[in-house]
Amino acid sequence: MQNREPRKEDLIKGATGDWEIVLGLEVHAQVTSKSKLFSGASTEFGAEPNTQVSLVDAAMPGMLPVINRYCVEQAVKTGLGLKAQINLRSVFDRKNYFYPDLPQGYQISQFKNPIVGEGVVLLDMPGGRTVTVGIERLHLEQDAGKSLHDQSPTMSHVDLNRSGVALMEIVSKPDMRSAEEARAYVTKLRTILRYLGTCDGNMEEGSLRADVNVSVRRPGGPLGTRCEMTNVNSIRFIGQAIEYEARRQIEILEEGGKIAQETRLFDPKDGETRSMRSKEEAHDYRYFPDPDLLPLVLAQADVDRIAASLPELPDEKKARLMSDYALSAYDATVLVGEKATADYYEAVVKDGSKTRDPKLAANWVTVELFGMLNREGHSIETSPVSAKQLAELVDLISDGTISGRIAKQIFDSMYKTGRSASEIVEKDGLRQVTDSGAIEAAIDAVMAANPDKVEQAKAKPALAAWFVGQVMKSTSGKANPQVVNEILARKLGLSSEG
Amino acid sequence: MSVDQNTVRHIARLARIAVREDELPALAGELNTILDWVEQLGEVDTKDIEPMTSAVAMSMKMRDDVVTTGNLQKEVTANAPGAEDGFYVVPKVVE
Amino acid sequence: MSDLTKLTLAGARDALKKKEFTSVELTKAYLDAVEGAKALNAYVTVTADKALDMAKASDAKLAKGEGGTLEGLPLGIKDLFATKDVLTTACSHILDGFKPPYESKVTSNLWRDGAVMLGKLNNDEFAMGSSNETSFYGPVVNPWRRKGDTTKIVPGGSSGGSSAAVAARLCLAATATDTGGSIRQPAAFTGTVGIKPTYGRCSRWGIVAFASSLDQAGPIARDVRDAAIMLRSMAGYDENDSTSVDRPVPDYEAALGKGVKGLRVGIPKEYRVDGMPAEIDALWTRGIEWLKAAGAEIVDVSLPHTKYALPTYYIVAPAECSSNLARYDGVRYGLRVEGKDITDMYEKTRAAGFGTEVRRRVLIGTYVLSAGYYDAYYLKAQQVRTLIARDFTEAYRSCDVLLTPTAPSAAFGIGEKTADPLSMYLNDVFTVTVNLAGLPGISVPAGLSSEGLPLGLQLIGKTFDEETLLRTAYALEEAAQFNAEPAAWWRA
Ligand SMILES: [Mg+2]
Ligand SMILES: [Zn+2]
Repeated sequence: MQNREPRKEDLIKGATGDWEIVLGLEVHAQVTSKSKLFSGASTEFGAEPNTQVSLVDAAMPGMLPVINRYCVEQAVKTGLGLKAQINLRSVFDRKNYFYPDLPQGYQISQFKNPIVGEGVVLLDMPGGRTVTVGIERLHLEQDAGKSLHDQSPTMSHVDLNRSGVALMEIVSKPDMRSAEEARAYVTKLRTILRYLGTCDGNMEEGSLRADVNVSVRRPGGPLGTRCEMTNVNSIRFIGQAIEYEARRQIEILEEGGKIAQETRLFDPKDGETRSMRSKEEAHDYRYFPDPDLLPLVLAQADVDRIAASLPELPDEKKARLMSDYALSAYDATVLVGEKATADYYEAVVKDGSKTRDPKLAANWVTVELFGMLNREGHSIETSPVSAKQLAELVDLISDGTISGRIAKQIFDSMYKTGRSASEIVEKDGLRQVTDSGAIEAAIDAVMAANPDKVEQAKAKPALAAWFVGQVMKSTSGKANPQVVNEILARKLGLSSEG
Repeated sequence: MSVDQNTVRHIARLARIAVREDELPALAGELNTILDWVEQLGEVDTKDIEPMTSAVAMSMKMRDDVVTTGNLQKEVTANAPGAEDGFYVVPKVVE
Repeated sequence: MSDLTKLTLAGARDALKKKEFTSVELTKAYLDAVEGAKALNAYVTVTADKALDMAKASDAKLAKGEGGTLEGLPLGIKDLFATKDVLTTACSHILDGFKPPYESKVTSNLWRDGAVMLGKLNNDEFAMGSSNETSFYGPVVNPWRRKGDTTKIVPGGSSGGSSAAVAARLCLAATATDTGGSIRQPAAFTGTVGIKPTYGRCSRWGIVAFASSLDQAGPIARDVRDAAIMLRSMAGYDENDSTSVDRPVPDYEAALGKGVKGLRVGIPKEYRVDGMPAEIDALWTRGIEWLKAAGAEIVDVSLPHTKYALPTYYIVAPAECSSNLARYDGVRYGLRVEGKDITDMYEKTRAAGFGTEVRRRVLIGTYVLSAGYYDAYYLKAQQVRTLIARDFTEAYRSCDVLLTPTAPSAAFGIGEKTADPLSMYLNDVFTVTVNLAGLPGISVPAGLSSEGLPLGLQLIGKTFDEETLLRTAYALEEAAQFNAEPAAWWRA
């Protein structure tokens, strides 16, 4: 665990003093494979109960597991994306326990020798702060089936469709100190997984779930006893669960109580966590190497091949955007949050050898486009305005054809009609007026109509802005504001050369 | 190491096999006889010896990621003591 | 036509090819024999209709001069092998009524080659036992009896139904499985030949698992040739079993008769155990003499960790079985005893479904894997297992095959050892080493005890060298000239 100086703003005030939260996360990420980890049944979401269950998944007597190569490669790829140690020899173990959605009576997992060892994830926190979270390990394991408890008052219904689906369990070190950091961690991990294409990161469908280990201690003091919140399935809930759980533990400790190490369930309905009776029993999983499988041995050449196929990852992309386009850390962070966004941005900013104004392009993507997508419920992938179309708009702004204000109006129209920017400019006559004669005439008209204001402005130059506004209004916003400013300054005798 | 009745009760619980209280003394006796006997392995020097976890000296073959089976709902539930609407049905699980 | 059941598998095969009789006639002869042998309790399920259908189909092929290597030959199948839509219970109450929607790979191979299924053979519950007394369907009775004595004798185990059925001519040959000696010891107890091939030679897919790292299928047959023919059909790579080894299956039958001249036969001194009956010792000495006379070179070798094999086995096998048997929980198949909640249902079902020996092993296995004991028991046993395997590698530097007795005694009476698990476990003292090391082993009948019961000699081969093993076994068989037969007292 890292020894970090506790930050004041992360501490929780209790009745007896400050408390520090210590957080470690185990994230279960479903591998984006067509078939299961050890069987040829489909992994597709939402099928009829027990239709995607092979004889192996149903644990029929004498059935045997055979590992899916693609899942192994995705685990390696993810490990490389987490800058982690890849173990060329790993072993599958059985984790033994009884539960109706665990048909074999054991889960095939990796215990002593996981496929991926230590790695690291960097979190970009607000204010430019970076937090380094250590990765303890990543291992491959089977998902369990699903028990439905609300179909009958006395019985539970079991569906094994998910049973055997490949999961990567990514275990962090207890390196996070606030709900905000935990949320940032899951967000970043999700981003990395989506860049790699190894997990779709869909938390609603359960492709990404987090077990959150929460403990509290006096700032910088010895570690407290932790409780595990299992299967929290949204980033918002992760924050809520941590905040509730930390307060619960502090209350117990301040009243002189002791924290019992246990598994707890976060209930989003009431925002509380509660003990899971079924998992309370002695955790004695009797791990041992699965004798139906052999050691998983990878060739370094295979690992190298996967490494060579790795896409540019968010941290590298961010650094490159900052250095290639002089973007701020903030803009770069926002742009790399989704690979599709970064790709979109780069398609806007770069056109063969031509580079557009990166800051202008960034603003248009992160402010105007994002704002509109959010309002309209679209994603970058379904955006009605393509990167090419937006690039054209940026070009029209840059070469002075349209003003920034008109550009917003044009963008609105592009989004709604699908027409191109130049088409809108031409058809709607929105070309910016840079002809100084026409602008001068407009200024003269305003000055002539407001002689009192002219006198006041000559004494108080700040009032010149009122004239700019009036001129823009009379030209329907098409006058080039820069030209308006220059001529106005001369006419009011405010400019040096005037 | 010898097992007492509490230990037998505990491992029976772990193994999910109901054992009657009156069976415990005899079971503890049997298990102890076997465990005492296997403990002779303690005589063997196994320092730095790798455990043998598989009887074949090879690494694992992997299969391709293709869907090769499915739609066996009837087959996988046909033998179930409790099944309904394609689900397995079990006594209520309390979480 | 004389009694068709007198023929060996090879003999019946050749006669069918020559159309001396039909598969239906042969199959009917066997079904009659089975019908008349209820006293042996060798079969738990007889699939007469299926057998006749398969025989008819074989006759059609044979008539056209077609058919596989086992075309039309009636076999018995150990109940541990899943057979599609045919009751498969591993002779456990917990698999009551289970009809698998699939066929094991090994039996599929047999049907592919044209064999006919007579039915399912009794075995120790989940193959846990050395006398076939732990079966939910009751003990199997050995067709052999002591001279002038009607005491019921065990047929060995766990493949006791297979050994008894072959010895009593209730099938031409049978499938069996061997985790610690369960093919070889019953073969020795019944005067039959049983071969456990190298681990990975036969697919385990569709065989009810006992201890996955030790389980291996093989045949029990009338003689070495029949065993070779059966093994060739049963063996083969299976991509559905990760422990299956991808290498071609040789024509084992072709390896027979090549003699043993110049072959180095190792005699492991550690197998001369304390309290070994003099007649077993004498049998072993006779075996050595036979092979020497046939031109083999006899070499003394040492397998220093032999005495630790049995305790190692009784940690490894129960540990694996405790996990393998966790799936019998009353949810997806077999027995369910209702309870007040899910845990209660599990506990009641498993208490009612498992017999005494299975329960004992599941509990031992659960204990040795549990927190705090894993290193002392399971890890330690797996380390000793490495040493046991190394002993063999070392020994094979100076020899090609090993000769030992198969079991430390002849078959015993039903009920004589059931009260003392340890004395029962000692039956496998010469056979478990082979499973721990993953090697092939074969038992060949070599004589009769003073009481008139069969005794066997075991040959142990190098990994995937079943050909040398079978060739040596054939030489031993020729020298032993074992042709005693049990009196058919059981015939109804
Ligand atoms: Mg976990
Ligand atoms: Zn997990």
